[in-house]
Amino acid sequence: MSGGITVISAEGMNFKELNDNIRAAGGDIRLTECFGQRYIAAGLGGRRIIIEGTPGNALAAYMDGAEIIVNGNVQDAVGDTMNDGRVIVHGGAGDALGYGMRGGRIFIKGQAGYRAGIHMKEYKEKTPLIIIGTKAGSFLGEYMAGGALIVLGIGLNGIQPVGNFTGTGMHGGVIYIRSDEKPRGMPAQVTAEEAGCEDIKAIERQVREYADIFNFDINELLSGRFFVLRPNARNPYHTLYTPNLR
Amino acid sequence: MLKEGQIRIPSGCAISGIFSRAGQRFGGRDIIKSISIMHERSNGLGGGFAAYGIYPEYKEYYAFHLFYDNDAAKEHCEAFLNRHFVIAQTSEIPTTRTEGVIGAPLIWRYFVLPITTRLSHSLLDEKEYVAKCVFRINTEFDGCFVVSSGKNMGVFKGVGFPEDIAHFYMLEDYRGYCFTAHGRYPTNTPGWWGGAHPFALLDFSVVHNGEISSYDANRRAVEMYGYKCTLQTDTEVIAYVLDYLTRQKGLTLREAAWVIAAPFWQTIESMPEEDRVVYEYLRNMFSSQLITGPFSILVGFEGGLMALNDRLKLRGMVVGEKDDRVYVASEEAAIRIIEPELDSVYWPKGGEPVIVRLEGGNQIGGV
Repeated sequence: MSGGITVISAEGMNFKELNDNIRAAGGDIRLTECFGQRYIAAGLGGRRIIIEGTPGNALAAYMDGAEIIVNGNVQDAVGDTMNDGRVIVHGGAGDALGYGMRGGRIFIKGQAGYRAGIHMKEYKEKTPLIIIGTKAGSFLGEYMAGGALIVLGIGLNGIQPVGNFTGTGMHGGVIYIRSDEKPRGMPAQVTAEEAGCEDIKAIERQVREYADIFNFDINELLSGRFFVLRPNARNPYHTLYTPNLR
Repeated sequence: MLKEGQIRIPSGCAISGIFSRAGQRFGGRDIIKSISIMHERSNGLGGGFAAYGIYPEYKEYYAFHLFYDNDAAKEHCEAFLNRHFVIAQTSEIPTTRTEGVIGAPLIWRYFVLPITTRLSHSLLDEKEYVAKCVFRINTEFDGCFVVSSGKNMGVFKGVGFPEDIAHFYMLEDYRGYCFTAHGRYPTNTPGWWGGAHPFALLDFSVVHNGEISSYDANRRAVEMYGYKCTLQTDTEVIAYVLDYLTRQKGLTLREAAWVIAAPFWQTIESMPEEDRVVYEYLRNMFSSQLITGPFSILVGFEGGLMALNDRLKLRGMVVGEKDDRVYVASEEAAIRIIEPELDSVYWPKGGEPVIVRLEGGNQIGGV
């Protein structure tokens, strides 16, 4: 124990052994020398885990209320089907960030790979949130059904911070992109409009926590133009496969 | 050796590569450490390594690595090699008994050059002559399989976890300027010694994580140009497509990457005029070489390494750099375990090749 935190060195540990140790330890944990062990904090609630190193794929999968702080980059499928809690990454993220996420918040200081927020969904008070600091890869918010994705384009001077095919298959939720240009190559089923007053208020509410965590100036983060992407109002996919003559 | 079709074992995978731009040779220890951190991505049904710069004393010779089922197959094949090549050196490839590595074939190495008169009578250029001999052995000689056939390089592979395969071949003792590695988790094709990655022809070697949806279309296309897919394993066809595009058609590696992981027409339409013409030409001209389905691949070649993801980027791939070393792996942890402090880390886009070469020379087909 050091300062009420159990320190576990993950060096040379198989993922199962490591996760068993984390569960057995209880309370807050600092993981050191972590190299690629998968499923860390899967399904966990009510704990805080600080990670030094590079945690493996599916970090915080199905997580249910725990807090994860990573001092470095994370790999693929972080927050897969996460239900509640908070993931803070002082670095970048790989592909499929927040895959099927249904609650909680993921804050990435740097960039995210392809397919961030794929299949995110919401139900009543469960509205997941992902905020990405610099830029995101292609297929951002693919098949998105709920929750919110924010890409801040920090340091990009208004250059578009997303790749191609943003919002493909999107049918719920909202994506906010800070950029001087409207996103390219979006599907007809998604609308992109410049953020209005209400949107900016919503963005501010979400971004405040992010700014505090990473010590960014909130006014700086809110400066510039934001585009808001939403699915096209009614039955947007009625002619995607076959005419739906209802 | 049973081949695909005779046995079937359902494969995820892990890949890793290390390259020294300065051409400094280093031992196999780092690549073994890197690939073994991704143990969970393999299932023990295949592991392998390609190593470049390991045979400087025979660097002018084609290094043939051969698998044989038995002594009769070896005799038969050696008679063929003697008819077509001057053999400078023959030896059994040193191996050591390793738990978890079973069913090993006889494994031999030959440093060869085509017999001059035979080569000139064949009216083929030297590489084509060598490639034709490789295909003949792989298709017509039962129980014989050419594992690799390039100069100053070799492939070491088999059935087992990659770290066990490395131990089996004593890979730590080889020193090269480039290593690639593969840990196999077969989904569609069997785990057998010949079917493990890397797949190699001449100096090209390919390790691959993913599966090729367009395999049969690609196979039929390259078979028209004399390539024979003997393993019915999807990765094999990537090596042949790349050899065809660069050696036969004279494309640069970058152009070849734009062919096999071509952007969508929709993306091409939005490009500036000068780029659009090039991409349109390549897509029209080489449509049968478009490889679809998820993949991340590492392509080793003389003096260089290329990393490429499919255009949708359906597999993980990270690049890290430190001083003159370039690292590429399926997972960042596999790089950090051998180099915790990197100068830079980046995630290439789908279809965007990362090509690194030795400084100051050894260029293949330009950039």
